[in-house]
Amino acid sequence: MNYHSRKLLKLNLAPWRMAAVGCLLLSGLMLVAGRALYLQGLNTDYLQGKGDAVANRNLTLPAHRGQVSDRHGQLLAISTPVESLWARSTELKLTVDQQAHLARVLDMPTRDLTMKLARKTRGEFSVRRTVTPEQAAKIAAMDVQGLYLRREYRRYYPAGEVAAHVVGFTNVDDLGQEGVERAYQDWLAGREGERQIMRDRRGNTIRDLTPIKTAQMGGNLALALDLKIQYLAHRELAAAISAHKAKGGSVVVLDAKTGEILALANQPIFNPNNRQDYQPGPMRNRAVIDTFEPGSTIKPFVAAAVLERGLFHPDSVIDTPQTWLVGNKLVRDEHPHPQMTVTEIIQKSSNVGAVKLALSLTPQQHWEVLHRAGFGQLPGSGFPGETAGRLRAASTWRPVEQATMAYGYGLSVSLLQLTRAYMAFANDGEVMPLSFLKREPQEIVGVRVFSPSVAREVRAMMEAVTQEGGTGTLTRVPGYRVAGKTGTAHKLVNGLYSPDRYLSSFVGMAPASNPRLIIGVAIDEPSDGVYYGGSVAGPVFAQVMAGCLRQLALPPDAPETATRMTLNRPPVVARADGGV
Amino acid sequence: MSRLNFLLALVLVVCALALVQAQHRSRSYFVELERLKKQARALDEQWGQLQLEQSTWANPARVDTLARTQLGLVAPPQERVHVEMLVGAP
Repeated sequence: MNYHSRKLLKLNLAPWRMAAVGCLLLSGLMLVAGRALYLQGLNTDYLQGKGDAVANRNLTLPAHRGQVSDRHGQLLAISTPVESLWARSTELKLTVDQQAHLARVLDMPTRDLTMKLARKTRGEFSVRRTVTPEQAAKIAAMDVQGLYLRREYRRYYPAGEVAAHVVGFTNVDDLGQEGVERAYQDWLAGREGERQIMRDRRGNTIRDLTPIKTAQMGGNLALALDLKIQYLAHRELAAAISAHKAKGGSVVVLDAKTGEILALANQPIFNPNNRQDYQPGPMRNRAVIDTFEPGSTIKPFVAAAVLERGLFHPDSVIDTPQTWLVGNKLVRDEHPHPQMTVTEIIQKSSNVGAVKLALSLTPQQHWEVLHRAGFGQLPGSGFPGETAGRLRAASTWRPVEQATMAYGYGLSVSLLQLTRAYMAFANDGEVMPLSFLKREPQEIVGVRVFSPSVAREVRAMMEAVTQEGGTGTLTRVPGYRVAGKTGTAHKLVNGLYSPDRYLSSFVGMAPASNPRLIIGVAIDEPSDGVYYGGSVAGPVFAQVMAGCLRQLALPPDAPETATRMTLNRPPVVARADGGV
Repeated sequence: MSRLNFLLALVLVVCALALVQAQHRSRSYFVELERLKKQARALDEQWGQLQLEQSTWANPARVDTLARTQLGLVAPPQERVHVEMLVGAP
């Protein structure tokens, strides 16, 4: 049986109807195909872009600045995230109530806040750079349109002003401005990374689209500084500055064997955590940047120079009248001693004696010793702005100038430079390169300045300074042998030596049998009547040195003196506002 | 022949399902990884803040003041210090 043959089922359609339906279906198909072609083929870039914009995200991976710590790992600088408050003026909608509430949360006058928010700028502006976590939570709870909280890294200095001059600080853009923060900017700074990711509709990251550019965290830095010694130096210096009503001062503590800077304190101070009202004066690292005429602290170098050439022995006796004329310049001593040995010249700090020693040298020889000791050259600590001081070429010296040079006028040095030069006496003639960074002993190569025998002879002379009859009896440390040299220099004011403004200094080392530490102290314009280096700078040296030796547990090399002397000083209550 | 085809089709289906499963696992592991990374970052930040807090409390200036004022500590006077030298020490 064939269906086609059934009459009943035979359709009798007009051919145009078939054609019409066919056309209709075909045109529908064409429409869909055309649309698909348009979307998939012609307009694909635009649409793909729109799609990616919804699902794909570019993320910047934050990188924070490296930490700075002392040699034992105590933190000196750290970056930690804080919230900051931003506003976008085009979107900002804030009722009066909300404004009052916000002002209360931020703890600022409502009027100031209103003025701040009224600013009409395109884009965003910062309302408050640092918001505490509690404030951030309250602001987030207010949910105001146009106000944003953003995470930023802020630099903190837990040691505060104690180590401020060495560590320095950064500006709001995290760029080192002073000190170590500036010197090692490239190492400390982190580099932000980047990654492209795809997200699902719940905001989860599904996959990475490109290889991740990892963020490079800033490198950490371990300084040579010892925070306990640094604090000790800071405390004693501050006490001396206020006791002597001085304008300023510095202390440098060096490791005699490695050239590491264990402490470096200055007065006046500043707080690196307080970013308002910075003044350039207190921020200056005087010990490294400022120069002064060293006065008598230069005399050991003259002694070393004449010993080195075999012109004198430590016990050679020299006639030392109280006054002596060189050219038209009258050199005078404070106290008369008609005859002195070379050792006594150093011990009693005789100007006449030092001049006589110096004039046995040619200017070239004299200059050469000072040059070898590092005067007139950068000390090489790498500290930003460090000064080379001033030492003129020997060919320009007049005899009078060579004479004044013997007792420390006519050249200028920084305290760091002077203390570094004393390393030649402490370290048996070898000067180690200075370092603000902690380093391993094996990686250091020193420079020979004097022969070991000359260095030891001069050291013995400087030990006499601290003994009975010397200028530095206040620098003694119970239980230890101390060697050093006092200095008291008239300050140059408007081209003339001021009769009553002094720079008092002392540079010394201990234990003298085998020095481990060198400490340089300079006090600028002590003005309570006492101004001798041995009386102003000397006690600071003794206090800091005693603390350091105890801190480092160095065995006493003169234990018999330990019980004979007492540290009879009232305790200093230090300022404790160094917090964050 | 048709039996083999049937078998292969079955294998294909199983493979396809496995692929889906693997893809899903990969995604969930990735989400987990992201979450842990985020946690690591947060912990790192917290560690930094704790370090900061620790060093603020341990600030020598603060310790010094507290020791002297609250606890009444003083450095021992020299006559009460007895230095003991170890035999054979340099």
